[in-house]
Amino acid sequence: MVKLKNQLTAYGLMALGIVIFAVFSWYPLARGIVLSFQQWNFITDPEFVGLDNYELIFNDPLFWTAWWNTLKFTLIALALGYVVPFALAVIINEARHAKGFFRTAIYLPLMLPPIVVVILWKYFYDPGNGVLNAALRGVGLPESQWHQGSTTAILSLVIVSTWANMGGAFIMYLAALQNIPGELYEAAEIEGAGIWRRLWHVTIPNMRFIMLVLLLLQVVATMQVFIEPFELTGITNQDTITVMVLIYRYAFVVNQDFGMAAAMSVLLFIVLGVFSALYLRLTRDSE
Amino acid sequence: MESDVRTLISPILLKRHKVLYFATLTFFVLLFAVVFFFPLYWMITGAVKDPQELIQPTPTLIPESFYPGTYLDAWRELKIGKFLLNTAMYAGGAWILQLLVDVPAAYALSKLRPWGGKLVLGAMLATLMLPMTALLIPAYLVVTNLGLLNTPWAIWLPAAANAFNIYVLKRFFDQIPKDLLDAAEIDGAGKIRMLWSVVLPLSRPVLAVVSILAIIGAWKDFLWPLLVLQEEGTRNISVALHYMAGTSGVTPFNQMLAGLVIASVPMIVVFVLFQRHILSGLSAGGMKG
Repeated sequence: MVKLKNQLTAYGLMALGIVIFAVFSWYPLARGIVLSFQQWNFITDPEFVGLDNYELIFNDPLFWTAWWNTLKFTLIALALGYVVPFALAVIINEARHAKGFFRTAIYLPLMLPPIVVVILWKYFYDPGNGVLNAALRGVGLPESQWHQGSTTAILSLVIVSTWANMGGAFIMYLAALQNIPGELYEAAEIEGAGIWRRLWHVTIPNMRFIMLVLLLLQVVATMQVFIEPFELTGITNQDTITVMVLIYRYAFVVNQDFGMAAAMSVLLFIVLGVFSALYLRLTRDSE
Repeated sequence: MESDVRTLISPILLKRHKVLYFATLTFFVLLFAVVFFFPLYWMITGAVKDPQELIQPTPTLIPESFYPGTYLDAWRELKIGKFLLNTAMYAGGAWILQLLVDVPAAYALSKLRPWGGKLVLGAMLATLMLPMTALLIPAYLVVTNLGLLNTPWAIWLPAAANAFNIYVLKRFFDQIPKDLLDAAEIDGAGKIRMLWSVVLPLSRPVLAVVSILAIIGAWKDFLWPLLVLQEEGTRNISVALHYMAGTSGVTPFNQMLAGLVIASVPMIVVFVLFQRHILSGLSAGGMKG
């Protein structure tokens, strides 16, 4: 009897959670997959159309543009957003002063609403009267078209995204660096290892786990990039349209076709699922 | 100088090259100040310039015109106050609902070991793998079908399905010794009583982390509110700013900047107050993107 009462209490406590997860996570996942095989408008009943939605998006030239842009964005974001916070953390870890200042400064952008960040940078990038071109003029360098130039557009978006988001990785790297036992460095130094070799043979091996975790997290996050292209360059700009922007476009703007948007979402989900699964595996094994 | 911390570079070397050390330190302090504080400075001072000064080809570092009243104008004319209030309501509700839903569920999963608990936990944690964006379209349909569009529930309810909270809370509850709960049970406390008077008081640190993340997350949210808050009066501050920036011919430049500043203030205050929690929660394994 006591047992049964416990079970009832337990399920009573979990009931709200189970219902909310069912309605807003589990069901939408299934619904999204089914939807990708359906023709959907808000008027008539949904109709199964087999692989039509997938065919439609494969035949859309924007489909390949969006994936290509997303890939470029992710790679540049890794080259910049992955390396910069790590390098900064390694350098700042040597500082014996002002550590609090560094941590606060770099984390500050993460507290701003992303829309504020993006609108602000749009003003900075303005080729006419923006701060950045004024600075370039000031030091005698050629001006740039920034987000409006077809070759500089994606890089400009990556800079915004890196500026806004690198604080998290920086703080985590710094914490990990502080956990490396000092004796390891001392031992390496006694054996005659210079700074670069200590970095390579002591620092990096001790950071391997967190570096891998953040790499996966960053890939998953950057492949879903939306607000930077959406607000800076708009949803029609072929230089910067990304997978998420295209999903938005399919569903809410040009086509108003939820089936196509769902098919695109399923593809993105499959790609990201691989990275997410790896991440979960890693973090769970480490406990 | 605290010389006992050993890092990549040996303390002896740092001491020997004091000048070089301080030169490098100064360089990085200035670099961080320019990169991370200048944009904020420009935004705050830009708002008090008159629109003429803002569009001249060479931006001014120190405002030549000075209209601090722009902040009031933005508050009134752009209705920033109303949108802030909306955002506070969305964030507050999302926070409370997350605690109400996720804390009892995590407690039951951790301490009551119900039949099928592993399955429920697994199904919840599996959603950690789901990028929120994969659910965007179908979740939008669910919210539409339930008639929740343009209501706070469209923000609050999906926010409560937060697997990260369940994971962090359950992991914390798991570490509360069984003896403590057994002792309470002998004293005649029921399971719910135990949650309230034994588990919750011990869980303050984790509740703080979950709460702060919930509020920051809701405050920063953009894409989901953009979809489900379509009526102008229901918009949160981020969506409202997006529409204001989109009509740049109509919204005066200086008021727009004032709007950006005002929208940023609440979270900066939260940061100043809870910096320790936020930064340490992050480094102590709060692995969230």
